[in-house]
Amino acid sequence: MSLVFYILSALTVAGGLAAMLLKNMVHCVLALTVAFAGLALLFLNLDAQFAGFAQILVYIGAVAILVVFAILLTRGSETPQEGIFSRTWQAGLAASAAVFAVLGWAVLHSMSQLPHETAMPDVNVRQIGQSLVGRYVLPLEIVAVLLTVALIGAVIIAMQEKEEPK
Amino acid sequence: MTPLTGYLLVAALLFSIGLAGALTRRNAILVLIGIELMLNAANLNLIAFWRYGPHPEALTGMMFAIFSIAVAAAEAAVGLGLVIQIHRHAKTTDLDQMNRMKG
Amino acid sequence: MLEAISSTPQLAASPIAEILWLIPAVPIVAAGLSALLKQSSRKLSATLAIGSIGFSLLLSLVAFTHVLNDWMAGVTTREIVNLTWIRSGASNVDLGWVLDPLSAVMLVMVSFVGLLILIYSVGYMKHDENFTRFFCFMSLFAGAMLGVVIANSLLLLFMCWEIVGLTSYLLIGFWYQRPSAAAAAKKAFLTTRIGDVFFLLGIVWLFAQTGTLLFYNNGAGSLESESLSLLLAQPAALGLTAAGAIGLLIFAGAAGKSGQLPLHVWLPDAMEGPTPVSALIHAATMVAAGVYLIARVYPLMQAGALDGGTTTALTVVTWVGAATAVFAALIAVAQNDIKRILAYSTISQLGYMMAGLGLGGVAVGIFHLITHAFFKALLFLGAGSVIHGCHEEQNVRRMGGLKSDMPLTFLTYAIGMLALCGFPLLSGFWSKDGILDAAQHWSVAKAPFYMLIFGALLTAFYMTRQVVYVFFGHWRGGKPALESPVVLTAPLGILAFFAMVLGFIGTPAWPWFRAFLNGGTAELDLNALLEPELLILMSVSTAVVLLGIILAWRLYGDRSTRPTAPDALEKAVPLAWGWLSNKFYVDEFYSATVIAFYAWWARVTDWLDRRVCGGVVTGVAWLFSMGARLNRFLDTNVVDGGFDKGCEELTVGGGLLSRVQNGRVQTYLRILALAVVVLAAILIWSSWT
Repeated sequence: MSLVFYILSALTVAGGLAAMLLKNMVHCVLALTVAFAGLALLFLNLDAQFAGFAQILVYIGAVAILVVFAILLTRGSETPQEGIFSRTWQAGLAASAAVFAVLGWAVLHSMSQLPHETAMPDVNVRQIGQSLVGRYVLPLEIVAVLLTVALIGAVIIAMQEKEEPK
Repeated sequence: MTPLTGYLLVAALLFSIGLAGALTRRNAILVLIGIELMLNAANLNLIAFWRYGPHPEALTGMMFAIFSIAVAAAEAAVGLGLVIQIHRHAKTTDLDQMNRMKG
Repeated sequence: MLEAISSTPQLAASPIAEILWLIPAVPIVAAGLSALLKQSSRKLSATLAIGSIGFSLLLSLVAFTHVLNDWMAGVTTREIVNLTWIRSGASNVDLGWVLDPLSAVMLVMVSFVGLLILIYSVGYMKHDENFTRFFCFMSLFAGAMLGVVIANSLLLLFMCWEIVGLTSYLLIGFWYQRPSAAAAAKKAFLTTRIGDVFFLLGIVWLFAQTGTLLFYNNGAGSLESESLSLLLAQPAALGLTAAGAIGLLIFAGAAGKSGQLPLHVWLPDAMEGPTPVSALIHAATMVAAGVYLIARVYPLMQAGALDGGTTTALTVVTWVGAATAVFAALIAVAQNDIKRILAYSTISQLGYMMAGLGLGGVAVGIFHLITHAFFKALLFLGAGSVIHGCHEEQNVRRMGGLKSDMPLTFLTYAIGMLALCGFPLLSGFWSKDGILDAAQHWSVAKAPFYMLIFGALLTAFYMTRQVVYVFFGHWRGGKPALESPVVLTAPLGILAFFAMVLGFIGTPAWPWFRAFLNGGTAELDLNALLEPELLILMSVSTAVVLLGIILAWRLYGDRSTRPTAPDALEKAVPLAWGWLSNKFYVDEFYSATVIAFYAWWARVTDWLDRRVCGGVVTGVAWLFSMGARLNRFLDTNVVDGGFDKGCEELTVGGGLLSRVQNGRVQTYLRILALAVVVLAAILIWSSWT
């Protein structure tokens, strides 16, 4: 457990917490971006360079911007009257605490069965490309269709309704 | 504590934080942010298991994570489009007020 | 001088015997066709009836000549044709017909007299609107009576007997709108029914004992020696054998049909029917059916008799016949309705016939039956002519002097009356003397002889009284009387002729009739008439007849009392007159006892039916209605109520459950998260154990 790991994980967790706790929506998004960046660095730490860069490109570069656009379009930057948390937030907190308990317990309990550190894999982009169009061609194509559909769907859903002549 | 365990714990923590936000915040967009966080935590799990599991040369974990990123992006787009449309109709994104589907 | 029908051997059926069934069948078919005709087709119905009975007469004459030829060749005919009607294992039920001298003679008599009466009816019923119905019923009657005569099976005889009874009912009640006619028809039917019950018992008993109801069947019939010995061996109650008991039961049926003493009450009332009906049915044929029945089953009646002796059954027949003869003759003396006098006369003569059968055998009784048929039909048709000529008047007190107004009717009527009384040389003289002769030689008692002599005296007396009232003196009625048309007087003439000459076939000088029936030869032997015993008897009976005529002439002759004045005899012996004119109060006696009991019993059963049976039915209905009410209660409250309550609860529960869906996404997500936790917990726990 190296120091880098601790710092990076602290950063990520802090970003996540901030994203969930801040009042201003845009601040939340920025915190989220920090969490995304932390995760990307963690990926790099895990020798998953392609995943890490993909994370930066997609998440930070697209998803976060998308969320900001959504916030701006829905006037989310205005503070709500009754507070930012729902009336029954205790139930939600309890549910998520239970989930964390179970997950944590599972991880810790199976510690002995988990594999140990292995040698660093030699991964290059060429291999990734080849496996994409080789072994994982089907998921690739499906994801392509999915993205097309999502694109069209999002446009249609968010489109302004035309005034139908009655 | 092996490195893997550490990564897994972090992922679990991130997941719970995302879940807590999704379950407690009023604004619909924040629920979606929470969901993004949960997905990212899952990705971290995948990459960690890829790195410390058998056969990392098969690239299974990384591929899974990449596809997950792609799907998450698509889902975020659609979800936010829905939130925008709902905002147009209900003039609000407050989830506590959206109970028209009640029984 | 008791004789029996000798056990003649059965011959093979000749062609006429094969088609003998046509004789009753054709009139019955004519009746059926006539029933389909409209009221207006009178000529057609009369033609059908007269044509069918004419055809039957033709065939009967053919049959008679066949039997006659056989007799002249010295053979006594008995030709049988039998058919099996119901097959039931060992004992079948057979029907059949027989052609022998007895049935041949009866066939000719019935069809001839029937034909004459039907021709008479064409004129008599001309003004009646139910002309067609009359002829339909008359043909039916003729067919059924002919069926009785040729039946070889007691069952077939009984069936035709019942049809005869039915047509008698229909014809007595022909003018059914008259309540008296309807009541008379009912009385006739019920009284003969009582006799028929005993008859049926006799039939059933005979069938049970002998296994067959055929009279003759190649040795296996119930009147043949095998069955008779079987019946004689079987004892019944009161010292009788089965043969005697069955004979008495059958006689009970004959007594009902032929108006013997206790069951005679229907015959006078039957005069409500039209006169041709009275002539055919209640004088010549139907009432003779009872006599014929006894003659037909004579071997049974006579079974067990020792030579020269008699059986209990025949003794009973004799006594009943003699008593009836005297009883009815007494009542006839005091009657004022022209037809009623003749009705009682018929009952009296039927008594003579029965007594003749019991005393002297088949030939004696049947001879009187044949001669009686002719002169009684003559008398009735003559009475009809008188009634028609006097414009429907029937009371003799309001007639008179018709000797000059209706000469033809008077002449024929006088011949008939003399024949009935037994005036010498007419047919009635020979037949009645045959009976008196047999009575004189009866081994059991002499009383029937004296009773029959007294009866002859009374017969002469009342007939003379009637003739004097109707034809002599001067007219006491309303409109003057007219002679009847030729269609009415021609049959009278024919019947008068036969009333005169028919007797000659049975005189002691030439006993052709007895020889014909019993099988034997008959020679003309005038010396037989001069036998001292016979001469004494003939002179005694002649004297009795003349005495009766003179007595009546002295009392009534040429005096012409007013209709409302009391009768001469009434003035003489008022008490006896009261009894006689009220018919010995027999009807009143029956009404007080039998009918009263019957009415009471009817009320009892009505009460039972209404209260008990009706009560049961009402109770069951009440039970069902209670059940229905319970059902409705259960249905409304338990089933419906329960169902409605259940649905209500379901709605409430649904309402409660629906609160789970509060429409808020975050609630659902929380539950989802908890569910995941629970699942995980289960998985972990199961992997532990």
